[in-house]
Amino acid sequence: MNKFTLHTGIAAPLDRANIDTDMIIPKQFLKSIKRSGFGKNLFDELRYLDEGQPDQECTGRPLNEDFVLNKARYQGASVLLARENFGCGSSREHAPWALEDFGIRSVIAPSFAEIFYNNCFKNGLLPIVLSDAQVDQLFIEVEASEGYQLTINLEKQVVVTPSGEEIAFDIDGFRKHCLLNGLDDIGLTLQHADEIKAYEAKRKAEAPWLFGAIQ
Amino acid sequence: MAGQTLYDKLFDAHLVRTNDDGSSLLYIDRQVLHEVTSPQAFEGLRIAGRKPWRIDANIATPDHNVPTTERSAGVEFIVDPVSKIQVKTLDENCDEFGILEFKMNDHRQGIVHVMAPEQGAILPGVTAVCGDSHTATLGALGALAHGVGTSEVEHVLATQCLITKKMKNMLVRVDGALGVGVTPKDVVLHVIGVIGTAGGTGYAIEFGGDVFRNMSMEGRMTVCNMAIEAGARVGLVAVDQITLDYVEGRAFSPKGEDWNRAVEAWRSLVSDEDAEFDEVIVINGADIEPQVTWGTSPEMVVSVSDQVPNPANETDPVKVDGINRALKYMGLKADQKITDIKLDRVFIGSCTNSRIEDLRDAAKVVKGRKVADNIIQALVVPGSGLVKTQAENEGLDKIFIEAGLEWREPGCSMCLAMNPDKLGNGEHCASTSNRNFEGRQGFGGRTHLVSPAMAAAAAVTGHFIDVRELLQANG
Repeated sequence: MNKFTLHTGIAAPLDRANIDTDMIIPKQFLKSIKRSGFGKNLFDELRYLDEGQPDQECTGRPLNEDFVLNKARYQGASVLLARENFGCGSSREHAPWALEDFGIRSVIAPSFAEIFYNNCFKNGLLPIVLSDAQVDQLFIEVEASEGYQLTINLEKQVVVTPSGEEIAFDIDGFRKHCLLNGLDDIGLTLQHADEIKAYEAKRKAEAPWLFGAIQ
Repeated sequence: MAGQTLYDKLFDAHLVRTNDDGSSLLYIDRQVLHEVTSPQAFEGLRIAGRKPWRIDANIATPDHNVPTTERSAGVEFIVDPVSKIQVKTLDENCDEFGILEFKMNDHRQGIVHVMAPEQGAILPGVTAVCGDSHTATLGALGALAHGVGTSEVEHVLATQCLITKKMKNMLVRVDGALGVGVTPKDVVLHVIGVIGTAGGTGYAIEFGGDVFRNMSMEGRMTVCNMAIEAGARVGLVAVDQITLDYVEGRAFSPKGEDWNRAVEAWRSLVSDEDAEFDEVIVINGADIEPQVTWGTSPEMVVSVSDQVPNPANETDPVKVDGINRALKYMGLKADQKITDIKLDRVFIGSCTNSRIEDLRDAAKVVKGRKVADNIIQALVVPGSGLVKTQAENEGLDKIFIEAGLEWREPGCSMCLAMNPDKLGNGEHCASTSNRNFEGRQGFGGRTHLVSPAMAAAAAVTGHFIDVRELLQANG
């Protein structure tokens, strides 16, 4: 997994609440058995005017010029500014895979859907929750000045605006540790293998019908 | 000390350890796998040289991508090459690791959340995960079931544990009784309308009160299924005699002395009377009417007798923007009567509403009637091979076919249109599925979420109608 420590990049404002996982990556692109290559179909139905097909070359497809990520001033954006309940809907991890593959490293919103929020951390993508007022302020600033960049300092847990203002955010300690070090959850959990085995032995004694029944 | 909620009990009973930062390692009794969210997890295991922790905790079946038309020729003949690769990959992974799989043409194949409880693979008191957000369905059995992403699928395969944080507790209590023609789907759509699509975020929702106590297991599954559309990863219903009657005698249910031991343990799977919930929502069952979603989020829902909302009546600018976008996408006008919405297609199926009761409800409405001329297609897709057989034994397939509906093979089908069943651009669909997001059922498709009875009524009239009018005419 990619580490996330300090990141500076162009912010793009996606001014719409309840962005769902079908919008982030439509279902026809979920058929790949790989984790990579989803970026060209990120926000496919918002980004292109035609209906996207799997395995289709996307250069040359008609673009929706009104869509934020198609605007010249937001080219190369790596921080996505969004509204409430971002990532609602399905559990598909293809959503963070598509954002990450496109080059987004962090999404800032007033709230996230839970499964999406979890999935981000497994893929080196940092979801940041700020208050409605703070998100409103960032929307106003990013729209007011072209080339607006945000710096995200995970160690200090702050978003830094171009004027040097630092906006603090909360993050779970374990997730922060994993992101800062690019750690794989499975390896960490397996350090507790003895405790898992001890639990399992107890479980087997109290509910033997859950063991060996399915095979 | 206050008593425990059902969620607290299930969580505590599966706690392996609490980490220093407050996250917990939760033991997972069962994992259900399907073809869309598992290939990268198996690939991850292989790359890291890891093996599944416990083979016998897993069960798999392909559902999202499978064609629902005649398919006895097998996986090799799936027309869509990418779908074929995914279904084949699941078969190969299960064969390689020795995981029990009901393959596409096994009569036990079906939608994961229909198949797993039907087999007794999910039992009261278990923890379960599946790489699908509608895993909340399984909470209907008094099981703690989480929808997870692919990294978590891999994590559970490798460690038999899920890293999680304890959720808050919400009780949604629906008191009294439902009116005739009002179904579990209407209840859950109404609940989502009340609390909103993010209202349950961070909570495990327990559905309590007389309406759920008197509801069948099929109905409870429909309700828990859509907990995620209210933002909650977990939905739950306490164990009672209805649960036990459903579970007894299923393929993987405990038998003999084990059954008696299990029942004794399961009887405690209810919230204590003095348990404290962080949030309690109380709804009167008699107030719920048949529901129809008009917009592009499940919370955009009204009663069939209502009108499409008018953004002029809303003050929050984000909501006004949401309503305007939805009206434009759906091709509807503010204040338009719901019963004036004409339909092009009807879909009866999905993990929300493809169980036997759903099919009986729909058949009762279409019996002796014909699909309206303006309906291009009306699909009935049973949730599993076993549901299909049972429906055929009851003669429901004939009722549907005589009325002009198509009777299909089991799978997820038009709920998310990963297989060839999809809406055309701009078409309106009365659908018994769970999401009305833009493009969900096909590019430009317009989804209205309803109960099976309401979908059936729409099929035979060509527009939305209060199904109670047709049921009355039945006498």
